[in-house]
Formats: sequence, structure tokens, C-alpha cells
Amino acid sequence: MRIELEKRPRPSTFYAVLSPFIALALTVIVGGIMFWMLGKDPLGALYSFFVEPLLDVWSLHEIAIKAAPLILIGVGLSVCYRSNNWNIGAEGQFIMGAIAGSIVPVVFHDWHSPLVLPLMLIFGMIGGALYAGIPAFLKANMNTNEILSSLMLVYIAQLFLDWIVRGPWRSPEGYNFPVTRNFAPEAVLPEILASGRTNLGFVFAIVAALLIWFMMRYTLKGFEITVLGQSERAGRFAGFSSRRMIWFSMLLSGALAGLAGIAEVSGNINKLQPIISPGYGFTAIIVAFLGRLNPIGVIVAGLVLALTYVGGEAVQLTLSVSDKVTRVFQGLLLFFVLSCDTLILYRIRIVLSGRTAAMAQGGAE
Amino acid sequence: MGILEAILLTVITAATPLVLASIGELVTERAGVLNLGVEGMMIMGAVLAFAATQATGSPYVGILAGIAGGALFSLLFGFLTLTLVANQVATGLALTILGLGLSGQIGEPYVGMSGTKLPQIAIPLLSDIPYLGPILFKQDLIFYISIALVVGVNWFLFRSRAGLKMRAIGDNHASAHALGIGVIRTRYLAVLFGGACAGLAGAQLSLVYTPQWVENMSAGRGWIALALVVFASWRPWRVLAGGYLFGFVSISQLHAQALGLGIPSQFLSALPYLATVVVLVLISHNRRMTLVNTPASLGRPFVPDR
Repeated sequence: MRIELEKRPRPSTFYAVLSPFIALALTVIVGGIMFWMLGKDPLGALYSFFVEPLLDVWSLHEIAIKAAPLILIGVGLSVCYRSNNWNIGAEGQFIMGAIAGSIVPVVFHDWHSPLVLPLMLIFGMIGGALYAGIPAFLKANMNTNEILSSLMLVYIAQLFLDWIVRGPWRSPEGYNFPVTRNFAPEAVLPEILASGRTNLGFVFAIVAALLIWFMMRYTLKGFEITVLGQSERAGRFAGFSSRRMIWFSMLLSGALAGLAGIAEVSGNINKLQPIISPGYGFTAIIVAFLGRLNPIGVIVAGLVLALTYVGGEAVQLTLSVSDKVTRVFQGLLLFFVLSCDTLILYRIRIVLSGRTAAMAQGGAE
Repeated sequence: MGILEAILLTVITAATPLVLASIGELVTERAGVLNLGVEGMMIMGAVLAFAATQATGSPYVGILAGIAGGALFSLLFGFLTLTLVANQVATGLALTILGLGLSGQIGEPYVGMSGTKLPQIAIPLLSDIPYLGPILFKQDLIFYISIALVVGVNWFLFRSRAGLKMRAIGDNHASAHALGIGVIRTRYLAVLFGGACAGLAGAQLSLVYTPQWVENMSAGRGWIALALVVFASWRPWRVLAGGYLFGFVSISQLHAQALGLGIPSQFLSALPYLATVVVLVLISHNRRMTLVNTPASLGRPFVPDR
């Protein structure tokens, strides 16, 4: 028996819409099996993982808070991946954005002005973009693989954050804990709804996704991204520069990751500490693919992945399973998304090998 | 034993997992497949090796479990990228994300447990050579395997017929297919070999380097191994040299931390990662050289036309 792929005459729009849902369904099934193997009631566990968080207001706000960074980073990455630039260091750009944005409320903590927050956000974007500029420069000018360089920079950013909160920026009022001073009220992103903690970061995420959707769909830049991503050669004939595209896509995704970083720190944590992200930069890679590299899809995918964080915390409390379950779910989901995408371009046929088929026929006669 | 010997021994321990994972990935990439999941396969090897050693009491069973774990995990990658022609970069990332999560889940009961260290095997006569003997010939099994693999892979790729075919596939899969070489089959084997090596590298981490289970204990070594393959320009001997260079960097930063030179420890810990970037830049800034060395079909999907 073997599996054969037969290329479809044109990509199937049916499966393009359906494949993320098949992938989700498969993840839920395999997840249920995993809970069963851990000795938990699978249906009950799946219910408290995927359904219960949707039923109360507090968890809905938590989902929005966690979806904001995922969507912000995810849309940036979708532009990168469409243009065939593999930025996988968003986690590092997130951290550097958070640090750069925190310069204002930590170093200049005596300065009180309505300008504090806008400046923080701008610094955050610049910080993230500059950090993404390193792999961009190395790829555009030194021909260095951006996958490896951007990933290595994640480790360096994590260590830098660790140093800065234990060293120069450690709070004098922090009882020797490795944290910076708490941000002053004017440095905190305001909440947007009376019912809970969701802050302005979620609005940024939605606006960013819509703007990028508009760019991809209605502007020449969007066309340039798609063409260069699909065929660099064709793009060159159209007069597009792949080198400029490296800079554009990396700086854009870096700036968005940096914005996500400072928004998370300002709106949710209110200070810097050694760990400020439960792997948002990596989870956003899954978000980008689950959203089929389409900004609107990324919004939905960001909400789904945020649900896995909140659901993971829920089952951790109710069923006393570890928080690693979330990571397993996320990994499984990406696997299934990638395999289901095959259905869009190919028809899958399971072929019994010629000999076996002949023998089976012979046996029947 | 002098301080120099002690340092050399720790360098070997730090370099061995890098050499192992890189030599495996080198074969995978020579066949034209880019598997970015080394980190995931390595950490799965580490946790399974530790678990099997705890269950049976024998680190040798642990080694086998690590190899099998890495290989099985790579099969998942093979199925997606070779049979279903999924994007290799994305699937490799998926493998790493899943591996880090799954290993944390599997390893949960083993956190904080003290492990069993793989015993050293002294080779008779050779281990009596002054200075060199105790360093090179009184080592654990995994070290010997790592050296044998480098020699073996070098012979296989450049002296054997099957190796020639594999390189042909990596350079032009369409032509190789037209010549009747089984592209998909060979690539499956190459991916499996890469997975087994990464699993063995993981076993080294949890049985030799630090004989215990710590979550995320591979700490980016899988990624450094990927960079080493580029650094080595896909040549086995250079993998050995690069692995030891990086082993030296990571050990010297540890010694520098112990000496307390007044440099923040985080900066020293960042050195191996920084060195990886620097080395990548140095090796790849010559565009033409890179083009000559890189397997031409690397990362390109292949669907046989029947």
C-alpha cells in the first residue's frame, strides 16, 4: 500500500476553507486520546479545555489579552512567510520591543506626561524593528540564513532581558526581586471594556490585521510580496527587488512583534521581569499558518491559540494535568494544519500496490 | 590529572552532542531535505533515554530508547514533507514545538530525579598512552560512536555507490528520479538517520552531559547543530572541527563564569549563540562558495510524476 499525490488542476477553494477546520477537529480527537492516556475523562477534559473558557466573561477577557500579541506577531509573520522570508525570531523581537518601550517608564520614571504611552509604543516598535533588522541586514548583505540568525537572537534577547532586570534596571523597591519598578498609571495601556481586563492591545491587533489585509489585497506592495514569495525570478522581471523585500518584511514583522511586546508589558504585566512571554513569538508561527497566512484568518487563529493557553490553564487547575498540555496541543495543531494543506493542492490516493491488487483479484476468482 | 586535561574532557562532552546532531542533519541535507526539527528530535531523545534508563537501570537501554525516539519522531517529519509534500521549514518548526511540549509532558515525573551516568570504557593499551590516552580512549560509548559516525558518513558519502546516489538526489532530484533512483525512499532513510543521530545526541545530554532530566535541556543545541552543517559546508570532517570549536566556546564561557571576571554571566552565556551568528556570517557571506557547496535541491519539494 502506498499514498500517491495527484496534482489538482487548480487549488481547491473548498479545501482551502475547510482544511483549518479538519486540522482543528483532528487535534481535538488526538488531544482527547492524550487525556485518556493520562487517565482523565477525555470528554470532560476537552470540555473544560475548549468550551468552558468560552462560557464566562473573565476567561473571554483572558482570551482577548492573550490573542492580542499572537495576532500582532502573527500578521507580521504572515507577510514575512508570504514573501519567503523566514523570520522565526519574533520571540526575541517581542522581548527587545518590550525593553526598548520600557526605557521611558523605567529610566525616566519621574517624567509624567500624556506623551509617555505613545512614546513607549513607538520605542517598542523601533526596538522590535531594529532587532529584526539584524537578521535582515545579515540576509540582504551577507547572504546569511535568516532562520538560524533570527533564532539565535532569541536566546540572546532572553539573556539580555534577564541581565537588565537583575542588574541596571532592578527596582529599588522590589525587595531584591528581579523586576523593574512598576509602571506609573500613565504608562499603562488603558482597558477598553467595563466588564474586564481587555486592554487597548487587542484593538491594535485588530487594526494591524485589517491594515495588512488591505495592503495585501489592494496595494501594489501586497502584490509585490506575493509575487516575490512565489517566484523571485518573476518578481525580478516585474522590477521588484527581493533585497528590499527582505528589509520590508523583516522590519514590518519586527515592529509588530515589538509593539506586541511593549503592549503586553504595559497593559498586562506593568513591569519588566525575567520572563514576559509564554512563547508568544513561537506560537504566533502556528497562528500564521493556521490563519493560512491571511490577516483575517490570523485574527481567528490568534483567538483559537489564545483559547489553548486559557484552556490549558483551566485543565491545569481542574484536572491537575501539567501546563505542558498546551504546548502539545499547539504542536499537534501545526502538524495537522500543515498536513491538511496538502489537500488544497493535491488529491490524495491510497494505492494498493499492483501485485497485492492482482493477488486479491486472483483470490476472488 | 592536570587542569588542561580536565578542560579538554569537558570540551569533548560539550562537543559530542553537537557533532552527533550535525552529522545526522548533514546526511539529511545531503539528500536534499531540510529538517529544522533537530531541536525537537534531540529533546525527545533526551527524555526517552532518561525514562528508559530509569525504568531498566541500564543506560545502554537508554541509548537505544533515545535513538529510537529520535528516529520515530523524524518519521513524522518524513511523512509530512516527503509523502504529503508539506513545507519543510514549517514542518521542521512544528517538530521542534511539538517535541519541546511532548518531552516536557513525558518528563514531568522525572524532574529532580538523579540519573545514571553512562560508564566510561577504557580501551586497553591505547588508554595507557600518556596525556592522550585518558582523554581520547577512556570515554563513554557515545563519544566513540560520534567519531565512528563522522568517519563512516565521510566514507559513505564520498566512497560508496549509495552515497553517490544520495548526493545526486540532493543536487537534482528530478534527474535522479529519471535515472531510476528511489528519491523518496532514500530521503526517508536520510531523514531517519538524521533523527536517530539527533536522538542519540539527546541521550548524551541526559546520560552524560548532565545525567538528569531538565525541561528544555537541549537549550538551542539543535539549532546550533543546524548552523554547524552550514559552517561545515556539508563536509563531515568539518562538522567534527566545528563541533569541537563550539564545544570549546561553550566550555570556556563556563570557566570564565566560574572565574568571575566581572562580566555579567548572561553575557557569557550568550557567547555560544553569538558565535553561531558570527560563524554563519563568515561562512556564508561569499555567495558563490555557498552556492557551490549547498545541495541544490535542499528544501525543495518533490512529487514524482508517474
